[in-house]
Amino acid sequence: MNLLVIFIGAALINNFVLSQFLGICPFVGVSKKVDSAFSMGMATTFVMVIAAMVTWLVYHFILLPFKLEILEYVAFILIIASLVQLVEMFIRKVSKPLYDALGIFLPLITTNCAILGLALNAVLNEYSFSQTLVYGLGAGIGFTLALVIMAGIREELELVDIPRSFQGAAITMIIAGSLALAFMGFAGLI
Amino acid sequence: MKEKTAIQEFVKGLWDENPVLVSLLGLCPTLAVTVSAINGLAMGLAATFVLVCSAFLVSLLRKAIPNQVRIAAYIVIIATFVTIADRFLAAFTPDISKALGPFIPLIIVNCIILGRMEAFASKNGIGRSLLDALGMGLGFTMTLLVLSSIREILGSGTWFGMDVMWGSFSPWSVMILPPGAFLALGCLIAGANWINNRRKA
Repeated sequence: MNLLVIFIGAALINNFVLSQFLGICPFVGVSKKVDSAFSMGMATTFVMVIAAMVTWLVYHFILLPFKLEILEYVAFILIIASLVQLVEMFIRKVSKPLYDALGIFLPLITTNCAILGLALNAVLNEYSFSQTLVYGLGAGIGFTLALVIMAGIREELELVDIPRSFQGAAITMIIAGSLALAFMGFAGLI
Repeated sequence: MKEKTAIQEFVKGLWDENPVLVSLLGLCPTLAVTVSAINGLAMGLAATFVLVCSAFLVSLLRKAIPNQVRIAAYIVIIATFVTIADRFLAAFTPDISKALGPFIPLIIVNCIILGRMEAFASKNGIGRSLLDALGMGLGFTMTLLVLSSIREILGSGTWFGMDVMWGSFSPWSVMILPPGAFLALGCLIAGANWINNRRKA
């Protein structure tokens, strides 16, 4: 399959948040301010690309040759958890400003189901190494896009008079629904 | 805070601390699998199974697991039970297993389960942890069942595959598409808020 098709598919048509429902927790939790939404998106994209590569390598060079596919879930979640830790230490050593910007968001990424979902989907779709890489990048950018749009809307929402029962999570869900409707329009892109 | 009785530990998960409607945990599977009532029920029961088994093991081992590696230990325990549940569903109900797709393995990162391990099972005895896990699991299953029933009835005109709208109903297909999940859950959360506000007033 064409790499560009995979990229656009992961970023827009099958947007991880709005059409596959992966990574809803940070989508609801960290979408109050555009700056923090953008930082969170970037950190997630970063981990997604690395996690996609490492899980592909582990799956194809360790799990498959030794017939250990049943350990897929346990292995993937351990890889992701240790990767997040490693990335955190690496960033802290190399770039202090970046670390301060991402700081609190990094540990949260371990429990972001978009990362594990990405790794599992890549195996399920039988992607090659380069396809997995592009898939991870597309998914990350799509995640960032959805998060930033949502944060932009929620910043405006603070000035709006919302019925009491709908305040907080309820109105966020309704907005996400409208965004998902809008993103369905991308379906004809390819 | 007052010590809760055993019954209260069980009941709190059903409404007062309902994982989805009040704590907003585990939203990913809630939105994704509730296309039909049977899928919602299967997902809820699978998550309850993992929750109860992990709570049992975590609370049994709570003095043996060193504090620094506890999260990693919980995740390995949870992942083990998820693998069991996944194989079980694939063997006995292949259709449902296929429909739920990656969301069975994603129970591993379901915040409800990790949250209960960290907040409850690691600090309480086996009996209480089991009751707490069972209550939370049933609260989750109940919410999934309500949401998936709404979506299936409005979106396909059926409930558990049975025709319940007497044929003359044209289904709102948006309800079984992704946007419908967000809209239905938003209304459900608003409804729960409304009831809670009335009860307090």
